[in-house]
Amino acid sequence: MTRITQGIFSLLPDLTDDQIKKQIDYCIRKGFAIGVEYTDDPHPRNCYWELWGLPLFDLPNSATILYEINECRKAHPNMYIKLNAFNNTRGIESTAVSFIVQRPASEPGFYLTRQEGKGRNIIYTLQSYAVQSAAEGSRY
Amino acid sequence: MSDASERTRIKSERYESGVIPYKKMGYWDADYTVKDTDILCLFRVTPQPGVDPIEAAAAIAGESSTATWTVVWTDLLTACDIYRAKAYFVEEVPNNPNEFFSFIAYECDLFEEGSIANLTASIIGNVFGFKAVKCLRLEDMRLPFSYLKTFMGPATGVIVERERLDVFGRPLLGATVKPKLGLSGKNYGRVVYEGLRGGLDFLKDDENINSQPFMRWRERYLYVMEGVNKAAAKSGCVKGSYLNVTAATMEDMYERAEFARELGSVIIMIDLVIGYTAIQSISNWGRKNDMIVHLHRAGHSTYTRQKNHGINFRVICKWMRMAGVDHIHAGTVVGKLEGDPNTVKGFYDTLLFSSLKENRSLGIFFNMDWASLRKCLPVASGGIHCGQMHQLTHLLGEDVVLQFGGGTIGHPDGIQAGATANRVALEAMVLAKNEGRDYLKEGTDILKAASRNCRPLQVALDLWKAITFEYASTDTLDFEATPTRSAS
Repeated sequence: MTRITQGIFSLLPDLTDDQIKKQIDYCIRKGFAIGVEYTDDPHPRNCYWELWGLPLFDLPNSATILYEINECRKAHPNMYIKLNAFNNTRGIESTAVSFIVQRPASEPGFYLTRQEGKGRNIIYTLQSYAVQSAAEGSRY
Repeated sequence: MSDASERTRIKSERYESGVIPYKKMGYWDADYTVKDTDILCLFRVTPQPGVDPIEAAAAIAGESSTATWTVVWTDLLTACDIYRAKAYFVEEVPNNPNEFFSFIAYECDLFEEGSIANLTASIIGNVFGFKAVKCLRLEDMRLPFSYLKTFMGPATGVIVERERLDVFGRPLLGATVKPKLGLSGKNYGRVVYEGLRGGLDFLKDDENINSQPFMRWRERYLYVMEGVNKAAAKSGCVKGSYLNVTAATMEDMYERAEFARELGSVIIMIDLVIGYTAIQSISNWGRKNDMIVHLHRAGHSTYTRQKNHGINFRVICKWMRMAGVDHIHAGTVVGKLEGDPNTVKGFYDTLLFSSLKENRSLGIFFNMDWASLRKCLPVASGGIHCGQMHQLTHLLGEDVVLQFGGGTIGHPDGIQAGATANRVALEAMVLAKNEGRDYLKEGTDILKAASRNCRPLQVALDLWKAITFEYASTDTLDFEATPTRSAS
């Protein structure tokens, strides 16, 4: 068992919905667009989680995003879900906030395979226990 | 009788052989209109007793551009007036009657495109040893858009680094392996693994770890990468450790950089002491190899710290962003090393902003557009610990690497515990800041509350709660607020 520590708040206890709402409020105050994404392949280099719909722009309040997070949780109760906020200011134009809002009940994590290379060089491959054990959609 | 004995001499009075004041040679022009393409410099000048400040300024303009000590007729073969730098404004430094700010404009064509070495050979070449000035400090520079466009700047930059590491909305966390010297490769890799496993994004070689008898560079790289990859597997995150490739020759440095790439490192490191040309070479190499380049500013305090002589660090920040490093150490304010808060903010803004506005209370003397050169990530390192997290968040903002060396490795329960304490303190502070809390005022309470769920943080806070480094800064600012520039 491990705990994937991607995103801003992974070393804190899981955020409550009230705490999540306050972070969404922050993103709205900053004028960020907000999107919900989910996956059952949280490899650190997997930068394209599935989009739970398009990011939402010009949000009036946090209720819409909280609703979408909960809908995504209902549809994928045992996957990773994260909230991403985007800043389109010139010179940034990238993700501004990203944190996990749901995890599977059990996180088996990753293991390393080590292939002997030239000299003492080892070629490392990081692999997921969950991904290698089952097909997409039935991993957790 | 030799051929050169007697000839007819026809020249204007200005070009009569002999010595005339620099200000009469064309290096002072109070009516000069600055061109958008000019490179501007601000020098802090302490003239020798009895030397007129305007003559001193003209002399600096002369010695840093075309002049020599005496009149030469060969000037007349050139469009010499264009190439003469022009001191155009001199003002007294507030509260310091012996020092003067001198503004000097340089024609862009005086400098080779894309070369920090050529730029600095003129600007700081001979002139700092010039006898007519007692002390001289380069305070700031305005690099014009047209000249900046001849530099590629950071290959990766803050935005792409964050995308590559998948870390958004919080400072990055690092630590320098300690002890600096003496660990074997295997023990060194242990420190890397523990720190990354505990929650840091980066570990780091120190400036003087290269390839010594106790640990050659290949041993270090191999064990460090085992630590990096193992921690990545345990945390499910991209991890890195700055592999210092500083070496005696460029060939050695390339060899080390290639090996780091082969092993899959996301980042390499160089020291400022390798020199501007080597820095630009490594930056180009980094661009070709998708490698983040970290610069440790080893040696800078020998010429940046004293207020009356040398180079202000904000100028080094500008040169290094042009040279193309992705990270540069730029001060902590609260740590063990030199750093007045507003001065350091000026450095951070210089590295991170798309354009700079004159703001003398931050030590920024010129408006300057960065011409879309990428942002260089400031690194705060040296004597900081998790109990200062609210102050660090307030002073340094979000785009920074916070490096806790002693503050990680010195934790009583070990390196992992130290790393976790730092990461939890950071996350708790970002959470509170985003929630709109007055985190600076409530900082201690926020940390205490977070430590209830995290024993390593509790232990760290108890251990380091009283540690501060409160000494007056040597390099301070001259302006409290922003006065408008007085007429000459």
